[in-house]
Amino acid sequence: MSNSLPFDSQTDNSVFLRDVSVHYRLPNEKIGTFKEYIIKLVKGQIKHSSFSALKKINLEIKKGEIFGVLGRNGAGKSTLLKVISRVLIPSEGRVWIKGRISPLLQLGAGFHPELTGRENIFLNATLLGHSHDEIEDKVEEIIAFSEVGNFIEAPLRTYSSGMQSRLGFAVATAWQPDILILDEVLSVGDVGFQQKCISRMANFRDSGATVIMVTHSVEQIRTICSRAMWLDRGEIQLLSDANTVCDIYKTALTG
Amino acid sequence: MTTIYDSAKRKHPAIEELVALWRYRDLIYQLVRRDIVARYKRSFLGVAWTMLNPLATMLIMVIVFSQVFNRAENYAAYVLTGVICWTMFSQSTNMAMSSMVWGSTLFKQIYVPRTAFVVSTILASMVNFILSLVPLAIVFAITGVSLKPSVLLLPIAMLFLFSFSLGVALLVSSIAVFFPDIADLYPVALTAWMYLTPIIMPLDFYRQILNGLLLYINPFYYVVNLFRILVLDGFVPHLQTWVATGVASFGILIIGWVFFSIRADKFAYHV
Repeated sequence: MSNSLPFDSQTDNSVFLRDVSVHYRLPNEKIGTFKEYIIKLVKGQIKHSSFSALKKINLEIKKGEIFGVLGRNGAGKSTLLKVISRVLIPSEGRVWIKGRISPLLQLGAGFHPELTGRENIFLNATLLGHSHDEIEDKVEEIIAFSEVGNFIEAPLRTYSSGMQSRLGFAVATAWQPDILILDEVLSVGDVGFQQKCISRMANFRDSGATVIMVTHSVEQIRTICSRAMWLDRGEIQLLSDANTVCDIYKTALTG
Repeated sequence: MTTIYDSAKRKHPAIEELVALWRYRDLIYQLVRRDIVARYKRSFLGVAWTMLNPLATMLIMVIVFSQVFNRAENYAAYVLTGVICWTMFSQSTNMAMSSMVWGSTLFKQIYVPRTAFVVSTILASMVNFILSLVPLAIVFAITGVSLKPSVLLLPIAMLFLFSFSLGVALLVSSIAVFFPDIADLYPVALTAWMYLTPIIMPLDFYRQILNGLLLYINPFYYVVNLFRILVLDGFVPHLQTWVATGVASFGILIIGWVFFSIRADKFAYHV
């Protein structure tokens, strides 16, 4: 039974979570060094307490849906995204994902300062799992989108932080993902570039990509998402259409 | 093809890691390229440094070991072959640890086969090692060491050196993710290990200690010994020498690979 497909092939889900829990094991005091660890281990002083970032989450997200996740800091939003994007293997439960996920790297992650912009495109895109041939096909388009111009042959250390993040964004979104993950809103570059980013996201959505959006902003969820979830202390408080969730979340926040 | 990920249907981590690494082979190429290109990009002589630097070091050692320690014939060549093997092993395993620190910021954000950074670091060091064979040959020509056809078997010995270094690198870097101070302790352990291995001091010295027990329990001895037989002694060793070296190096690799893969699921948990 547990090996059968979690849902029949008629339904078109792209994300399916069943009883997913994530437990972090935290030492009661921070042990930073190996030496300390051995000493404490010999003395029998190592005690752990368990912290559950996610507790028995059941969730289905349909293909093409724009799904919002609301919650305070530490509610488990980032952990949820990590579980979906395969970074974290859940402690319990089952995660089932259909399709290619677009991860958005933090600014500057996966870049090397001594390599040129073009070389960094190849490095960064292979980190995202693309093959050399796939990158060859897209490299000119990425350069054009990033608006770095002649700097593309210069080492990355000569780039401004805005140029770096534009290049990173251009690489990450060069391929149409099946599932797009947005952790907090993009604050990349100037207003003109942000506009370009938003329209690229809209294109993805229109061509059938599933979008999972995590944000503090209730209004953003209300305007963009169709369905939403309120996550608190690792548990689903509410799972409903976006308007209902936003209203209740807002009332709960203001007390 | 639609990719499907199911956390409940996973193979053994060690096998899964191997499959994932093959799928990301273009990434390995990019990382190796980055390691080699970035290291020499800002230097005036560029990639020529890969050869000039060891050549200069080797010439200094030849002078020191043939003049100061005026021992047996070919003693300088003996030291040189030992030193390049040891340098490859110690530098690559050290660098693998720092590449994991760089990699761990990525592991928390995206899925990447986690062995990728260690494997590419060892491969990049291997490229450097192969390049350093050129200055070694030059030094041999100058000092009058003649090479025999047995050097043609060197690629097998290099495969053993690669496996051994990768195995140890996987072990230490999987611990270093949790305890950063391993990066400080490991070089100390390496120094001790080096003096327990016939790298600089003659083989006879180690044979006298505990009837050579120090040699037989030291896996790196098998690797360096095979190198010297092929390069310096110039004969093809017995089958048992090959088997012993193969078991020592592939054994460490398998232990390291399995240990690393099992720990790897916990990397992202370590905040």
